[in-house]
Amino acid sequence: MATTTVAKIRFREPQIEMAHGAGGKASRRLVEGLFAPILFGAGHGPLGDAAHIQINGTRIGMTTDSFVVKPLRFPGGSIGELAINGTVNDLAVSGARAEAIVVTYVLEAGLSTDVLEAEVRAMAMAAEKAGVRIAGGDTKVVEHGKADGMYITTTGIGRLMPGVEITPQSVKAGDKVLLSGPIGDHGITILLARGELDLEAELFSDTRSVLALVETLVGEAGEGVRWMRDPTRGGVATSLNELARDCGKAVVLFEEKIPIRDSVRGACELLGLDPLHIANEGQFLAIVSAELAEAGLRALRATPGGEDAEIIGEVREEPACAVSVTTLYGGNRLVDMLVGDPLPRIC
Amino acid sequence: MKFVDEFRAPELIAKAGEEIRRLADPARHYRIMEVCGGHTHAIYRFGLKDLLPENVELIHGPGCPVCVLPMGRIDDGLSLAAEPNFIFAAFGDMMRVPGTHGSPLEYKARGMDVRIVYSPADSLKLARNNPEKHVMFFAIGFETTAPSTALTLVRAKAEGLKNFSVFCNHVTIIPAIRAILDSPDMRLDGFVGPGHVSTVIGCRPYDWIAQDEGKPVVVSGFEPLDILQSIVMLLRQMRNGEAKVENQYKRVVPWEGNRAALRAMGEVFELRPYFEWRGLGFISQSALKIRASYAQWDSEQRFSVPGVRVTDPKAAQCGEVLKGVLKPAQCKLFGRECTPEQPVGALMVSSEGSCAAYYNYEHRKPIEIANAMGR
Repeated sequence: MATTTVAKIRFREPQIEMAHGAGGKASRRLVEGLFAPILFGAGHGPLGDAAHIQINGTRIGMTTDSFVVKPLRFPGGSIGELAINGTVNDLAVSGARAEAIVVTYVLEAGLSTDVLEAEVRAMAMAAEKAGVRIAGGDTKVVEHGKADGMYITTTGIGRLMPGVEITPQSVKAGDKVLLSGPIGDHGITILLARGELDLEAELFSDTRSVLALVETLVGEAGEGVRWMRDPTRGGVATSLNELARDCGKAVVLFEEKIPIRDSVRGACELLGLDPLHIANEGQFLAIVSAELAEAGLRALRATPGGEDAEIIGEVREEPACAVSVTTLYGGNRLVDMLVGDPLPRIC
Repeated sequence: MKFVDEFRAPELIAKAGEEIRRLADPARHYRIMEVCGGHTHAIYRFGLKDLLPENVELIHGPGCPVCVLPMGRIDDGLSLAAEPNFIFAAFGDMMRVPGTHGSPLEYKARGMDVRIVYSPADSLKLARNNPEKHVMFFAIGFETTAPSTALTLVRAKAEGLKNFSVFCNHVTIIPAIRAILDSPDMRLDGFVGPGHVSTVIGCRPYDWIAQDEGKPVVVSGFEPLDILQSIVMLLRQMRNGEAKVENQYKRVVPWEGNRAALRAMGEVFELRPYFEWRGLGFISQSALKIRASYAQWDSEQRFSVPGVRVTDPKAAQCGEVLKGVLKPAQCKLFGRECTPEQPVGALMVSSEGSCAAYYNYEHRKPIEIANAMGR
């Protein structure tokens, strides 16, 4: 293996805080300031949802993700389902079709077998639905009180879809921002499911595989699809800010076009949260060339689960590296990445 | 959503914007202070500034409870919370406010038991569910939140709950407005009056602003249309040469306030002789303390509190921003040393703080964006 030149370590914070795992700015500082310089060396490219590697001429995508959600079950899903869908989706938005997944369980002594069995079954079912094989696994048990019941890590590989090149550098002014459906369902569902707030709503996590939708979009608008991301922790705002920074362009969103359920909007109003910062587990964002965006949108809407897809904004030259929203009244505001960790752990 | 969408309808907003442009005399410059942090937040979030003509300037006021709390109080509260078997409970807004040795959130990461609650009553529930621990509610806020703290204390006393106390930092809005009007470097033409505070205290306490100071006050709701309508009402008064108190937020604010809430506050609280405000200094009779009859549930009377005084970092100009003398971006630390993630001053912490609102929603110069991104 070639030796990498270790780049400068820019991460100077004395200890790890919850915010470093929240997917926002602090997470980015940790990854780019500590992990990347040591592990990838100087001059690494932008960090995507999955790594692309080449084995004997075959290009594959590879990714890994850990799930530490509390509670383990919530309306619309559970940790097992999330663990499969999350990895399938990370591969999908990097342009890869998940082929196989291996699983690591970290179990807390005292966890009821029924709960474990239910999650293993949930994983089997989610894998079948997403068309991916669970190829192996490992189990560790830690002392009582050391993990919230269970943590799950999944690692997946997949074959890259032909004819699609996902890089932020290919994004151009005039490109459109596509969103697959309503935002915020997962984050708000988890927040309410924890029962710490005296709030109730008819809400379900959106956890699902987005592979079929991604394949539809790529099939319809392949060469126009420049970038994709599943806006999980940190929400749409954080994903698009990362894009804006990586491509050096501006992303402008149209407030009235962003699909949000009334119950999510209401909960956000009450709690003072911005739905753009709330996590999703079954949606994806895509930047598509202006010529192919409408066709892509039509194809998405014609696919089950894509009915609420929208073009929510566009890429411009200025103000570079920033995301802004044109409000309903033609006013303008900046949308920053998620700062800190306003929410309990949600994925 | 009912009672929200009606006040966000684009065509009504556009109409109110036109009316403001029609009423504003182009030969004049208007400086209007929105007292309440909730208004500041809404103005930025909905981009309302873009709808106003250039000569109608909004100045952000002191009505952000987290922002006006001096760091010494946070240090005091956290020093108590370091005791074993102690639960420190506070509103989410408090969690990232820096003390000398870190914010409550950082204390939590170091292993201290810090909980976010959404109402004081939730902290009472915590106390009931954790009888072996002491639960301290770190109370902040103006008259908006003071009644619920009062009722919580009444409840705790009635139940004879022994493991619960309140660290009271409640403040009152009128002395803060007076301090701002007394400040020599301040020129203001009128006030968008606080909405939530007025649901409790009513509209009468503002009479002196209109009568003695000759400045119009319009108590306002928090939706975009509310705020623009209030500005229309202020401009109309100014055009007619009037100065009176008006209530735009009638659907929520009764002219006389909420007597039951005021009674509960009177039962539990009395005025402190003086209290330190961040940026504004000591203001006499501007804060509430817990009466002796509730001493057992008053963290300050029950435990020994160090009474720390911490001066703000010299370079931070929170005071000037808080009084509206400086705009957030004119502070030397803005967007560089001081960001919402690593705030130096409290105005950067709460989403109602004008610095945080400006930082989060306003277009920044590319250099500030680059700095913020750590490049």
